[in-house]
Amino acid sequence: MGITFRKETFRDDYTFRNSPDHIRRFPFPFNEDSYMYAVNIEPHVVGPKGSVLENLIDVDEHYVAEMQDRALVLAEDPLRCQSLPHMTLAGWDLLELLMEQQALGYPEHFTLERNGDRWRWINRPLGIDDTFTFGDTSTLPYGPMEYITRQSQGDFCILDQRDGNLWMDAGMVTTQADWSLDFDIGMNFFEWHAPVPLAHEKGIFTRALKFLTNIQQGKPARRLNWTMTINPRLDTSPENYHKWGPDRATVTPENVGQKVHLRVELQSFWRLPRSNAIVFPIRCYLIKMDELVTQPKWARRLHRVIRDLPEELATYKGLTRYRPTLVEWLSKLDDGSPTSPGFGPD
Amino acid sequence: MSTGTTTLDVVVSDVVPVNELVTRFHFRRRDGGLLPTFSGGAHVVVEMRDGDRTRLNPYSLMGSPLDTREYTISVRRDDAGRGGSLFMHRQVKPGLEMVISYPVNLFSLDLRAKKHLMLAGGIGITPFMAQTSQLAGAGGNFELHYTCRTASLGTYADVLQQRYGSRVKLYHDDRGERIDLDRLLSSQPLGTHLYVCGPAGMINWVRDRAASLGWPLETVHFEHFAAPQPGAPFDVTLAVSGKTIHVGEQQSLLEAMEAAGVDPPYLCRGGVCGQCETNVISSDGKFIHNDHWLSEEDHRSGCKIMPCVSRFEGKSLVLER
Ligand code: FES
Repeated sequence: MGITFRKETFRDDYTFRNSPDHIRRFPFPFNEDSYMYAVNIEPHVVGPKGSVLENLIDVDEHYVAEMQDRALVLAEDPLRCQSLPHMTLAGWDLLELLMEQQALGYPEHFTLERNGDRWRWINRPLGIDDTFTFGDTSTLPYGPMEYITRQSQGDFCILDQRDGNLWMDAGMVTTQADWSLDFDIGMNFFEWHAPVPLAHEKGIFTRALKFLTNIQQGKPARRLNWTMTINPRLDTSPENYHKWGPDRATVTPENVGQKVHLRVELQSFWRLPRSNAIVFPIRCYLIKMDELVTQPKWARRLHRVIRDLPEELATYKGLTRYRPTLVEWLSKLDDGSPTSPGFGPD
Repeated sequence: MSTGTTTLDVVVSDVVPVNELVTRFHFRRRDGGLLPTFSGGAHVVVEMRDGDRTRLNPYSLMGSPLDTREYTISVRRDDAGRGGSLFMHRQVKPGLEMVISYPVNLFSLDLRAKKHLMLAGGIGITPFMAQTSQLAGAGGNFELHYTCRTASLGTYADVLQQRYGSRVKLYHDDRGERIDLDRLLSSQPLGTHLYVCGPAGMINWVRDRAASLGWPLETVHFEHFAAPQPGAPFDVTLAVSGKTIHVGEQQSLLEAMEAAGVDPPYLCRGGVCGQCETNVISSDGKFIHNDHWLSEEDHRSGCKIMPCVSRFEGKSLVLER
């Protein structure tokens, strides 16, 4: 039956919406009534049918619209996609991974035919049918990373591993929460997380790096992260801060439900086979408050989480300006009854 | 191998004697499919069921990464070792079903290099077999210097010369041939990366000379899996799992933990990857650190141990696991 792709926008008139099915499959990130920062890394294995984890690379109803938005971002700012020369092989690795996973999960929309090095890729939602030689960049309209990530939801950072460190040497980053590939490209793990002021935080980064450099082929890992965005804007880059930053001052009790969006990032980590690089897909999911509160459990729980969020965390996530308005609005939907354990809706 | 790596069910499709010491093993997937793609320098951990013992030894993949219908490894017989290589040579026959890990690469090419200068000693040639295939397929610039005891022990020397001609230079110990290392290292173009795999002495020599000739650390890559050394048996208490275990003479600490049902993580089983690092809670005795992972300071402090290769001699040892 396949997915019905929505016609929608993530800018100007903001027609982005989730269908009722997609509201229920939203990766709600809180499994209890309070939120504590934790390195919640787990194996990236296939999850329940109908969830965003049904396939390891998720394609959903926003696919076509997201790809159109990506093309707009790239047309304005080609530096959102960069790959240092030694990363071309990793780009081919990523192309293979994404084509394989998309074709496997959504055969009605994507087909990959391999005949030795001659590959044919059919992407029906975007109307693409290309035959190319795997490994030969001249047979594709873009470099392999750019080609496939113009056809895959989420941002992608490709990290080269050498000298016991990871280097941000390639990426396609158009839907990020306030960071910039152009700034980080070529930096190592410690550099792009700098400045790290406290020794104890350094310890966390050292452990995280050790974990990441040990990611093995065939054993991807994942974690969820969240923040909030005003208006369903995918591109909240530092370059465009002037466009989205001021939105935070526009939240009123009347428009909370429409304007405030929970933004969840499903980050996964994969070892790429030919290049031994690590790819770090960051898949962004958005849901507006009006949609989220259609699930009473989520409404109650989100109210408690946001209300009790430690001040530093709220500041870090940029919620300060509109938090009181949001908490007040959510409180009306919290009857005080207990929430059931787990992430899913009731 | 539950906590180590994802595994593959394979069947031994061929066993080929290469010379008096080295035998090559071919593996195919039991279900007939393709094996995972890998990168030059990767190894797999081979699980050997030897009576009631399970041995897990790492071996470099030496086939072309471009062809994953089969994996090949080469094993040098070590008559004085703990028995893994003897098991491979004596017990492993075509048709045997085995379990191996997914490939792991702890010796990967630095793809930024303008030129790859490779130095191999003895069986240390195996990772370069795959790396040269990978580079040759991509038009990469490399040069391989290979030292072996005698011509007949120059494992795959003929294959390499046939494939790559003058890009391969051979040195035979019995003819008194030796790499003129200082000259070689001083005459390389800027942007060259150096890779060395072979006996510990060779690796140390090459690293030392490179350092004193001003090669930046990041351009010098080496691989040396220290096989676990046998030694005096000892007892260990594991605080978290609440077990006291005995480490036999021919057993590594890691193997003893596994035999006791504790599953510490590992990748290389050769003291280089850092994955098995374990905290020491208390000790009264002497550590025999055989790893290349911990710093000298860590070694002196006695607070950490790498159970895959390191041992202990003394009265008591309590580890965290
Ligand atoms: S398993 Fe790699 S250092 Fe012990």
